[in-house]
Amino acid sequence: MIKIENLYKQFGDNEVLKGITTNINSGEVVSIIGPSGSGKSTFLRCINLLEVPTKGTVSIDGKSIPDKNTNILKVRQQIGMVFQHFNLFPHLNVLDNLTYAPIKVKGESRQVAEDKARNLLAKVGLTEKEKAFPSNLSGGQKQRVAIARALAMEPNLMLFDEPTSALDPEMVKEVLNVMKDLAKSGMTMAIVTHEMGFAREVADRVLFLDGGVLLEDASPAEFFSNPKTARAKDFLEKVL
Amino acid sequence: MNLDFNQIVPYIPFILEGIWVTLQFVIISIIFGFILGTGLALCKISKIKALNWFGDAYTSIFRGTPLILQLMIIYFAIPQLTGYDISPFLSAILAFGLNSSAYVSEIIRAGIQAVDKGQTEAAQALGVPYRLMMKDIILPQALKNILPALMNEFITLTKESAIVSTIGYLDLMRRAQVVGADIYRNFEPLIFVGFIYWLLVMVLTIIGKIVERRMKFSD
Repeated sequence: MIKIENLYKQFGDNEVLKGITTNINSGEVVSIIGPSGSGKSTFLRCINLLEVPTKGTVSIDGKSIPDKNTNILKVRQQIGMVFQHFNLFPHLNVLDNLTYAPIKVKGESRQVAEDKARNLLAKVGLTEKEKAFPSNLSGGQKQRVAIARALAMEPNLMLFDEPTSALDPEMVKEVLNVMKDLAKSGMTMAIVTHEMGFAREVADRVLFLDGGVLLEDASPAEFFSNPKTARAKDFLEKVL
Repeated sequence: MNLDFNQIVPYIPFILEGIWVTLQFVIISIIFGFILGTGLALCKISKIKALNWFGDAYTSIFRGTPLILQLMIIYFAIPQLTGYDISPFLSAILAFGLNSSAYVSEIIRAGIQAVDKGQTEAAQALGVPYRLMMKDIILPQALKNILPALMNEFITLTKESAIVSTIGYLDLMRRAQVVGADIYRNFEPLIFVGFIYWLLVMVLTIIGKIVERRMKFSD
């Protein structure tokens, strides 16, 4: 479904991605792990073109994304993204956060969008918060709203950029549980994470990045018990 | 002490009429300056170099020369150049609107740039087009942050409006001068309009505070 070919990204003199090639299939949950500065987030952000790749292609359902003829706005509507720092719209309440894009971008009626939004809020366990503003929510609640907001656009693919890294420890679980449910529902997901337990339990595949290079691409069982590269072994020893 | 406020009593209706005359062009100038200033701010943060250059050049000219000079050029020089006999009212709106937009654009630019980059990214990731993102997501947050600075600019504009008296526009200030010339006493009418200006600014200040309180959504 998503084909990433020979992806390079450079910020000034700093080459962050050095030729990454991989696929993400429909319904697959892929965890992207690696040390800080390995290019994980940049890799994820190249998929919906928040970063424009220096070289290489990303194509979704056969449509090349960096191509000038592709309507990037349309493509992004099909890709949900969840950020480390939530990035909820602080001037809109929870319900409006969820319905803004469906109404304004997809042209759904308010009625339809709100019904859908309430469904999603029920799924993430925040029904009673629909009128609250983001500033009145805890970190875990914010992130669950952010997930619901991305889902409100009915995407085919969800990108998670360290969704639990900015959370207090006791709030990590509620967010991971929502993500687990989502994975079970068959959503295609790419998750940059430091939660090794989560990656091992939920992911179908683990991608290990270091220094902008994709060093390993394996099932979690294989990767965690028997990493092929010395770099991955070293990394796992430090984090597990 | 030689003060006699009784002398200006017959002129009070004449002076008070000046409030509306002043407000009329001040309000229009503020709106005009705000809209143009927003446009200029968008030029300044645009990725298109020519627009950046235009925004900066505009600001440098209108902020770099005296307002009274701009007013005089518009009022006295335009007729010479085009033959069009521009009214004091239109000249005042043009001069104040164009001048104010230079300052407003700087305030708004700073406000937009102070909005967390994550907001832009979140909007982009949802597929929100640039125009909608600016209108619905970025500008409302920027406006909230820059409200005190904007209010300051509006207050300055209200007070500086007195210089339109130099082109014969019958605003508050000009009326005070007319009355002063009529009764050979300047202190009373000047103090009287001074008080009115102060009241106008107080009203603006209060409006600003109310708006600020109503926009306090996120703290």
